[in-house]
Amino acid sequence: MIAFSDLHKAFEDNPVLKGFTLDVHDGETMVIIGYSGTGKSVALKHVVGLLEPDSGHVEVDGQIVSELRRPDLTALRATIGYVFQFAALFDSLTVFENVALGLRRLQALSETAIAERVRESLKLVDLPRTEQHMPSELSGGMRKRVGLARAIALRPKYILYDEPTTGLDPVTSAVIDQLIVRTREALGVTSIVITHDMRTAYTVGDRIAMLYQGKVQQVGPVEEIKGTADPVVRQFIEGRPDGRAVVRASLGDAGRAAALEGEET
Amino acid sequence: MLAALGARSVGLVEGFGNVGYFLADTVRALPDVRTWGTRTLQQMRRLGVDSLPIALFIAAFTGITLALLASYVFTATVPVYLVGTLVGKTIMMELGPVLTGLALAGRVGANIAAELGTMKVTEQVDALETLAYNPYAYLVIPRVLAGILMVPVVVAFAMAMGVFTGWLSATTLLPISNAQFVRGLQLFFLPFDPQYGLIKSASFGFVITLIGCYLGMGVRGGAEGVGGATTRTVVYSAEMILVLDAFWAVVLLRHP
Repeated sequence: MIAFSDLHKAFEDNPVLKGFTLDVHDGETMVIIGYSGTGKSVALKHVVGLLEPDSGHVEVDGQIVSELRRPDLTALRATIGYVFQFAALFDSLTVFENVALGLRRLQALSETAIAERVRESLKLVDLPRTEQHMPSELSGGMRKRVGLARAIALRPKYILYDEPTTGLDPVTSAVIDQLIVRTREALGVTSIVITHDMRTAYTVGDRIAMLYQGKVQQVGPVEEIKGTADPVVRQFIEGRPDGRAVVRASLGDAGRAAALEGEET
Repeated sequence: MLAALGARSVGLVEGFGNVGYFLADTVRALPDVRTWGTRTLQQMRRLGVDSLPIALFIAAFTGITLALLASYVFTATVPVYLVGTLVGKTIMMELGPVLTGLALAGRVGANIAAELGTMKVTEQVDALETLAYNPYAYLVIPRVLAGILMVPVVVAFAMAMGVFTGWLSATTLLPISNAQFVRGLQLFFLPFDPQYGLIKSASFGFVITLIGCYLGMGVRGGAEGVGGATTRTVVYSAEMILVLDAFWAVVLLRHP
């Protein structure tokens, strides 16, 4: 289980998370939605210790991530696959080497077993026979699939997806959605998916949480969110530009202050 | 004016402090030999092979110029064989290491800053962490060790090239015989001369690669951040090379 407890995080004078609290149960796929720049990825990075909270904490299987020493953090990271927004493949390595990198570090497998696991993982994301390609030779969708293969090669207990369909065409996005569902069925993993694409959220999620102004605005099963009466969530899932929430979320600090000043006058 | 000077001084102290932390993190990653061992060999090969052409090019023309300059300066009262002495001493102790170091600040330091900076902004450094690699062991130690070990090797080749072209130009363009040039070269030669140059070179290799790694790993933003880190790496490395050059002269060249 992954539990975010009263998480606060600011960058210089800009508070991003302001008491973010959320439980992700074993075996479920939790989708976190929210406007761009509201701290979804920031929350996710706390799970693997890439960021340290200003206050509050993230627990994974009962361990407080920010209190772990490096060997324990390394052991925890071995149980978590992370799929980055733009894949974050290593430019200088082939697809095979990218997928094998974590296996070489974390698992005592022979080179034959590593090669077999890499092939299996690439097959699972429908990318056979790409092992010797360089990342620069792949399309955006293929790169994301290699990123997913790299994450699942470790056979993790958890997979964290950071905007898995951002920047992709609708068909490729649907393919990625299917792969997320298939991965869950094949490996039985617990997942957190960060997205602002509602089709992805409805397709892959068991529950959806909306992050708004640093906190969870609403969390619930997909059907509950679809029928929500909360005006902020409603506006977001319907993609309407004509509400207060959009103005506040889409403007920077200076613009927001100006907008509020305008409201007052 | 004073406020600006004060802010700059604080920034400088803060910068040195941050480099200290960076160095401490790098040292803490040293026990992870499994990660940096093989990658250090790759980096050494890359740094050596990539740097040799530019180092040899610079040394070749420096040797020619030095020989001609020496013969121009030394008038009839100064024996011509001292051309060999001046070429040998200057190339081995000063111009070989410093000119090669300055060239490598641009060639190697900028390359490291751009590569690591790009990895940082494209989340490749974060990806390494999630795959349980220590980025200092994977990225920094191999490059810094390669710098310390390979810059002296490259400089040694540059020294040989500089002396060779100095000899070639002296014996073909000037009225100096082979025997005279070699006599001058041997006359005041001490084993300490090349050692001094190589010690300096190792320290240049250290600062060039360390600054490149530090600024590359600290990149924020996108292409603009990478460009800024690359430029600063070249400037700071060049400054540090000149500071270290004076430092080694004070430490090792003062007669008791």
